[in-house]
Amino acid sequence: MKTVKRALGAISTAALAALWSAPAAAAWTLNLRQGVTPLSREIYHLHMLIFWICVVIAVAVFSVMIYSIATFRKSKGAVSANFSHNTTAEVIWTVIPVMILVAMAVPAARTLVKIDDTSGADMTIKVTGYQWKWQYDYVDEGVSFFSTLSQASNEARQLDSGVNVYEVENYLLDVDNPLVVPVDKKVRVLVTGADVIHNWWVPDFGMKKDAIPGFINELWFRADKVGTYRGQCAELCGRDHGFMPIVVRVVEQAEYESWLASQKAARQAAAAPAAQTADQAGAVAAPNANQKTTVLVANAE
Amino acid sequence: MSATKTHGHAAAHDHHDDHGPAKGMMRWLTTTNHKDIGTMYLIFSLVMFFIGGAMALVVRAELFMPGMQLVDPGFYNTMTTVHALIMVFGAIMPATVGLANWMIPLQIGAPDMALPRLNNFSFWLLVAAFSLLILSLFVPGGGPAAGWTLYPPLVLQTGDAFPLAIFAIHLAGASSIMGAINIIVTIMNLRAPGMSLMKMPLFVWTWLITAYLLIAVMPVFAGAVTMLLTDHFFHTTFFAAAGGGDPVLYQHIFWFFGHPEVYIMILPAFGIVSEIIPTFSRKKLFGYDAMVYATASIAFLSFIVWAHHMFTVGMPLAGEMFFMLSTMLIAVPTGVKVFNWTATMWRGSLTFEPPMLFALAFLFLFTIGGFSGLMMGIAPADFQYHDTYFIVAHFHYVLVPGAVFAIMAGVYYWLPKWTGHMYDMKLANIHFWLSAISVNVLFFPQHFLGLAGMPRRIPDYSTQFADWNMVSSIGAFGFGLSQLLFVYIIIKCARGGARASEHVWDGAYNHGLEWTVPSPAPYHTFDEAPVVK
Repeated sequence: MKTVKRALGAISTAALAALWSAPAAAAWTLNLRQGVTPLSREIYHLHMLIFWICVVIAVAVFSVMIYSIATFRKSKGAVSANFSHNTTAEVIWTVIPVMILVAMAVPAARTLVKIDDTSGADMTIKVTGYQWKWQYDYVDEGVSFFSTLSQASNEARQLDSGVNVYEVENYLLDVDNPLVVPVDKKVRVLVTGADVIHNWWVPDFGMKKDAIPGFINELWFRADKVGTYRGQCAELCGRDHGFMPIVVRVVEQAEYESWLASQKAARQAAAAPAAQTADQAGAVAAPNANQKTTVLVANAE
Repeated sequence: MSATKTHGHAAAHDHHDDHGPAKGMMRWLTTTNHKDIGTMYLIFSLVMFFIGGAMALVVRAELFMPGMQLVDPGFYNTMTTVHALIMVFGAIMPATVGLANWMIPLQIGAPDMALPRLNNFSFWLLVAAFSLLILSLFVPGGGPAAGWTLYPPLVLQTGDAFPLAIFAIHLAGASSIMGAINIIVTIMNLRAPGMSLMKMPLFVWTWLITAYLLIAVMPVFAGAVTMLLTDHFFHTTFFAAAGGGDPVLYQHIFWFFGHPEVYIMILPAFGIVSEIIPTFSRKKLFGYDAMVYATASIAFLSFIVWAHHMFTVGMPLAGEMFFMLSTMLIAVPTGVKVFNWTATMWRGSLTFEPPMLFALAFLFLFTIGGFSGLMMGIAPADFQYHDTYFIVAHFHYVLVPGAVFAIMAGVYYWLPKWTGHMYDMKLANIHFWLSAISVNVLFFPQHFLGLAGMPRRIPDYSTQFADWNMVSSIGAFGFGLSQLLFVYIIIKCARGGARASEHVWDGAYNHGLEWTVPSPAPYHTFDEAPVVK
């Protein structure tokens, strides 16, 4: 009874939430999203093309089946015919599907070529999957940080936490430090894993790629709409696989630059006292230990 | 099948130098009779179907609402993993092997399987395998939780369950290989005089091809899991980049096994449906030759499409292109099959007994699974679908209303032949409608969840996915409970009921050798081979 009440409450809250925050809560969603990159839109249109082709074939095939079931009934006095071959029909229903497949394969191959082309990127970000968080490295900028599930979601998702998850903003899709990228720039993402295989996926960018320990994969996106986009790890990676979301903020170039500058400044500020300590202690401590301290301080920040 | 005439079958039940089954438990432990072994396989798979189903219900109960209410995420992963392993290797495969054991000798006019002792060994090995797998749930570190695909490096983090699960897979694989050898030898050597290959019933054909697939890929899988074992215990690095290995290598080997495995589950289902639709259409199967060639083409193609399961691992463009095109090609022979079944019904004289109802549901719903399969074959689109609920919906459509419905259709088709009794048609119709409706409530919304962006194998989800998950969970409990009716119908039928005639169904008259022996089929049949003209 309590469960039913909670469920009913959940449904009504979901409906309210849908009205409130458009991007996160879209109840009863049926279809793929178009996304915010040229590639994601191309994939969406490809998806719709195949979908409609399948619908047309399904309508044709299912109507013949339903017609047969409705018409050729023994109870209606149908007497079975005696044929078991028809070469013309068999050739037709082998050749036509081949032609339809070729028609599908051409645009699909074209899109595949575009997806594969990571050249001419404006910037590169290295993404490393950990059990169970992401690390982002802006390889040309020396900025690096971890991104983990937000505190509020993490508390709410504990077994029988008693928290109504509908009251948690962007439940399970929120992080402490989102990835920030500029709008209208070709971003190349290098994807790798630190322990097991993860998969970096932002549905609005139309792209997912496995993060494999010891190997580096590539993908690219060019987001043309400012906003916050959310995704999740898409390869089973252990106990907390469901709890390592991805949040990407796409911002104007100027905002991106000031964000980057503040990140660098914060890093320097954090590193400076540590470096000083290191200098003072340099005479007695091994240099390796000092380096480790610096890294720890930077990460803790 | 072309018109068959038999003589000598009457001798089957009045020969008295044959001995009947042994008494008590020893009958089942030591039996070499294909009918006893078939029955044991079928009962075993039904038990596994309920154990695996209970695990699926744990999963669907946790997913009923957002938030973690019932289980730990680690245990949740164990449930999805073991559910899949049990359903694939413990429920669907043994069910089709059980049907093969019962029906292949009856359909080809053979007195038994060619290698009866091996047959007994295959079955009891399977029992050992699944005892180990279920035991692995109770050892320190919990059951296997890395998904049924057992991808490294994650699977190497498994606790004490790891060697148990690997050994279970080895035993189940050995059992399958022995079963496959037995089926091939039986079909090749024990066909009744006059039954040429191209006169064999389609169920025998599909099983012959399935058996070759099993022999080809089961050793590959055994090799892959053995490498996992040595990576874990003997410091090899087949699948670890740090030692010069590659985690993706495992995926290639796994799916080289895994894709043919999909057809190992579905080809016998095709065979069953190809037996049932002609019977209840009172018409010969349309395009018999094309059906055989289509089955063989699907089997061949299954060896060259494996990497469509791994479009996101970062293959070179040429690789993705090749696997996309080869995958799309499978739609052609599969389409031929669907068209042939439809053409068989065309201008037939249809009745809708429970086997036909399940076969028709198969026809519609498997086709839906085929469409979503085609969509995922398109590599760029698959970058969105991969590892979401869309793929979960897809493979459950081909495996549940696909393979499982076909197996249920087969059971309802041949049950009177096995028991000698008709079952309760009214209850079976209710079982059909409950199953057919709830299976769609269960799996259709998962297409929407996948497209909306819900990854698979997650124990909790963001609130936007709540609605369809609740619908799907309601369907799951409906489907699970409906299957209790199936057990009740079978037990009731085994205990008694109206006597079944030799050919059981009026459409089955003259439809194959299995309908020429009495119902129930005597313990020994075809002591003297029938002649097929």
